[in-house]
Amino acid sequence: MNQGRNLFRTLVLILGFAFLYIPIVSLIVYSFNSSRLVTVWGGFSTKWYGALLHNDQILNAAFLSLKIAAISATLAVVLGTLAGLVLARFGPFKGRTLLSGLTTAPLVMPEVITGLSLLLLFVTMEQIIGWPAGRGMTTIVISHITLTMAFVTVVVQSRLSQMDDSLEEAAMDLGARPHKVFFLITLPIIAPALMSGWLLAFTLSLDDLVITSFVAGPGSSTLPMVIFSKVRLGVSPDINALATILVAIVAVGVAITGIMMARQQQQRERDAQMALAANQQMIESVKKG
Amino acid sequence: MKPLLKRLGLQGRTAVTAVPYLWLLLFFLIPFVIVLKISFSTSQIAMPPYEPLLQWTGDKVMQIKLNLGNFAFLVEDDLYWKAYLNSIWVASVSTFFCLLLGYPIAYAIARSNPSARNILMLLIVLPFWTSFLLRVYAWIGILKNNGLLNNFLLWIGAIEQPIQMLQTDFAVYVGIVYSYLPFMILPLYANLVKMDLTLLEAAADLGCKPWQGFLKVTLPLSLPGIRAGCLLVFIPAVGEFVIPSLLGDPGMLMIGKVLWTEFFNNRDWPVASAVAIVLLLFLVVPMMYFQRAQDAEAGGVHR
Amino acid sequence: MATSPRATQQKFEPWTDPHAKPYVRIEKVTKKFGDFIAVDDVSLSIYKKEIFCLLGASGCGKTTLLRMLAGFERSTSGRIFIDGVDMTSIPPYERPVNMMFQSYAIFPHMTVEQNVAFGLKQERLSKDEIGSRVNDMLNLVKLGQFAKRKPHQLSGGQRQRVALARSLVKKPKLLLLDEPLAALDKKLREHTQFELINIQETLGVTFVVVTHDQEEAMTLSTRIGLMNHGEIVQVGTPSEIYEYPNSRFVSEFIGSVNMFEGRLVEDEPSYVRIGCDDLEAPIYVNHGVSSAPGATVWAAIRPEKITISRDKPDVADNWASAVVRDIAYMGDMSIYLLRLDSGKVVRVTQPNIYRHAEDRITWEERVYLQWYPESPVVVTK
Repeated sequence: MNQGRNLFRTLVLILGFAFLYIPIVSLIVYSFNSSRLVTVWGGFSTKWYGALLHNDQILNAAFLSLKIAAISATLAVVLGTLAGLVLARFGPFKGRTLLSGLTTAPLVMPEVITGLSLLLLFVTMEQIIGWPAGRGMTTIVISHITLTMAFVTVVVQSRLSQMDDSLEEAAMDLGARPHKVFFLITLPIIAPALMSGWLLAFTLSLDDLVITSFVAGPGSSTLPMVIFSKVRLGVSPDINALATILVAIVAVGVAITGIMMARQQQQRERDAQMALAANQQMIESVKKG
Repeated sequence: MKPLLKRLGLQGRTAVTAVPYLWLLLFFLIPFVIVLKISFSTSQIAMPPYEPLLQWTGDKVMQIKLNLGNFAFLVEDDLYWKAYLNSIWVASVSTFFCLLLGYPIAYAIARSNPSARNILMLLIVLPFWTSFLLRVYAWIGILKNNGLLNNFLLWIGAIEQPIQMLQTDFAVYVGIVYSYLPFMILPLYANLVKMDLTLLEAAADLGCKPWQGFLKVTLPLSLPGIRAGCLLVFIPAVGEFVIPSLLGDPGMLMIGKVLWTEFFNNRDWPVASAVAIVLLLFLVVPMMYFQRAQDAEAGGVHR
Repeated sequence: MATSPRATQQKFEPWTDPHAKPYVRIEKVTKKFGDFIAVDDVSLSIYKKEIFCLLGASGCGKTTLLRMLAGFERSTSGRIFIDGVDMTSIPPYERPVNMMFQSYAIFPHMTVEQNVAFGLKQERLSKDEIGSRVNDMLNLVKLGQFAKRKPHQLSGGQRQRVALARSLVKKPKLLLLDEPLAALDKKLREHTQFELINIQETLGVTFVVVTHDQEEAMTLSTRIGLMNHGEIVQVGTPSEIYEYPNSRFVSEFIGSVNMFEGRLVEDEPSYVRIGCDDLEAPIYVNHGVSSAPGATVWAAIRPEKITISRDKPDVADNWASAVVRDIAYMGDMSIYLLRLDSGKVVRVTQPNIYRHAEDRITWEERVYLQWYPESPVVVTK
């Protein structure tokens, strides 16, 4: 019976991962296809990578997207950390429910709505105060911050609620003022969560099409906008090449994190052994009196 | 019992609260008010392409012109309500299949060897880190008439003619399930992995067969995870634009597409706004539900 | 009950000296959370170099009181003075008070040394002074060789010492300890109790300890403040609290006790007689009770203060007859559960003086209980 259950588990996992990964693998395989008809194999070739390198439109868009993603992820981490701190640490206060609503709603809000509403805001603001003048990078960055800070808030809030808050009290008890407590204790401890929040925000920003399309102006086409206009017309092998490069970057990143995690795991095991030995020593010294 | 920053450094606390609060008010809440406002205005050919609601007609008279026409239009033209209903239908079906597929996967991972779990979960979220757009694009290559799936089916002799899969509802379902699957699996896994397995042993000890144990213990206990996962898939899927435009029939009615078309092609901002407002009304209940679940999950805050 | 090491030392009882000035003064302090009253009008005086234990069940308000001393909670009303200075509105980072947290709250991203130095760095002391004070403190708690370790490389007992060192290194006027030994295993706990007392005596710091463990409170403290529902119900030395409880609650909370409800039938300044429906004979107590005649009172008798025999005692008072319902052999002693004719069950403990005794009292036997006139404690509430 146990074996049957194991078999079921393995089967589910194989099918599930096949479903998740076959499309990605197919993207990669066909990026090396010399035929323009993406799904007809015409021999191995790297010519689409070459073509990609000479496609200024894509390169410019990619550069713009990276710039936007880096700026908005950084600011989203700052704002999201503040919001997470407020929600996790400040206890109940007037308006807390609204704040928590405002931070979770962007997680699920259909992007067409968010995009439209932000655009109308920018247009209205321009009418009233003359800023932001026109639409472009600034409006995209603001929109991406608003979208991604929600994700950062969730990450930070859940990390903070796992953290023992007597650590912060202890620091305060030892004479550190609240802002020092935050920078000396809270921030270093939640730093890994902030890092993953930043990466999440960066990825979401890099990937966003719908909101960006609403708030982008002429001449500020991001990578997803260029890709979308191309793939709308059908498959195109240089997009496959682009996808492969992206997957490769992610894979390398994951491999590096994986190795680091394995190292940390080993370190943790060594530390646990040390603690165990220390415990033994202590008990012995107690026995001796 | 111990929000200690509360009384200490009250100044700092106010500032820390104000910054994200004001940002979200300005860039998330106020925009909806503006959408609401513009949904009552009349379209005109200008920039911006709508008439202001408030007008000075001279002689100290301020005229407020509320144009309910946009909403009347949504009711009269059956395109809109068909699009709403169809979007909800498509989102519901997709959510259902997401759950059907995601539950066994989440379950299988949660009951795996602890050392394997993290790697398996990493593999689940990994595709999420690559571009969503490109992953949807990959399905074009798989589903089109001379694509991978048709070629494969022809090769094994299951079919004799390629079947039309791209630009059908089926393709949209596949696309949504594929793209949103990690969002279903994550909360389910988080729930299932926390479950105390001795509960199942206790159930078995009291005479439950494994499947009964699953139905009577595991499933009811995983309801919060199911709820969170379903809302996380359903709400954004209702307004989905990219997947139906890339994989679906060009004539397929999805409200996200309708809004996009009104806005970009017809440049009718007031109608687009009205469409958004009505969509929001449809989603407000599930969203509040989601927010409550999320707050409960964050837990321990209201000590 | 472990014996206190203080018993062997010279008398330390500043609370009996009317001229002694209290070091910590808690004046009519109340703390409300919404409608819930966590601490209810508490007044306490704690003297220099005391180890004062706040004892009580969870939710009795002891931790809230401790957190008010530390400054993490602000009292709804009332004031707290430490060494004559009003602390009511002083934030924790400016109080001459340090706390050892139940979870130890050791900063995981710092080494042992950095943890201990943290508080001194906040005072902006010179590097040399910080270094030498940290060093001395680590040696005192026998952690010198672990200075460079990270917290997760330490055992639970060592972490407890880091927490102790960290809170003591600032030379606080008052050290607050929140369940200091709860996370240690039993063997280590007993050892650490004595070590804690030694360190306290070496440094001469005043301790306020919160604990739910009565044995720990008995061993550690100079005095105990027993709390219930936010109120202090009795303050006294461990033996006062055990031998002279002032209420049914106290006598039932500390150790086990047999409680007999009755009325005063004879009320003289030098003795009282209590009629009790559960007993054939009245209870005779050789001290007076300040209560109206005929009022309901309770006589509390500890299980170890009752003797059992097969022979009917030839006295008028302070005896009862019962049937043995249950016997639990504990090694050093045995516990007898005896049922009186009224149905009430009385608990009696007897030391097992002889290794092998033939003809021990056994199940279902009829026996007679007896106690001395000084054994019962009469409480009126």
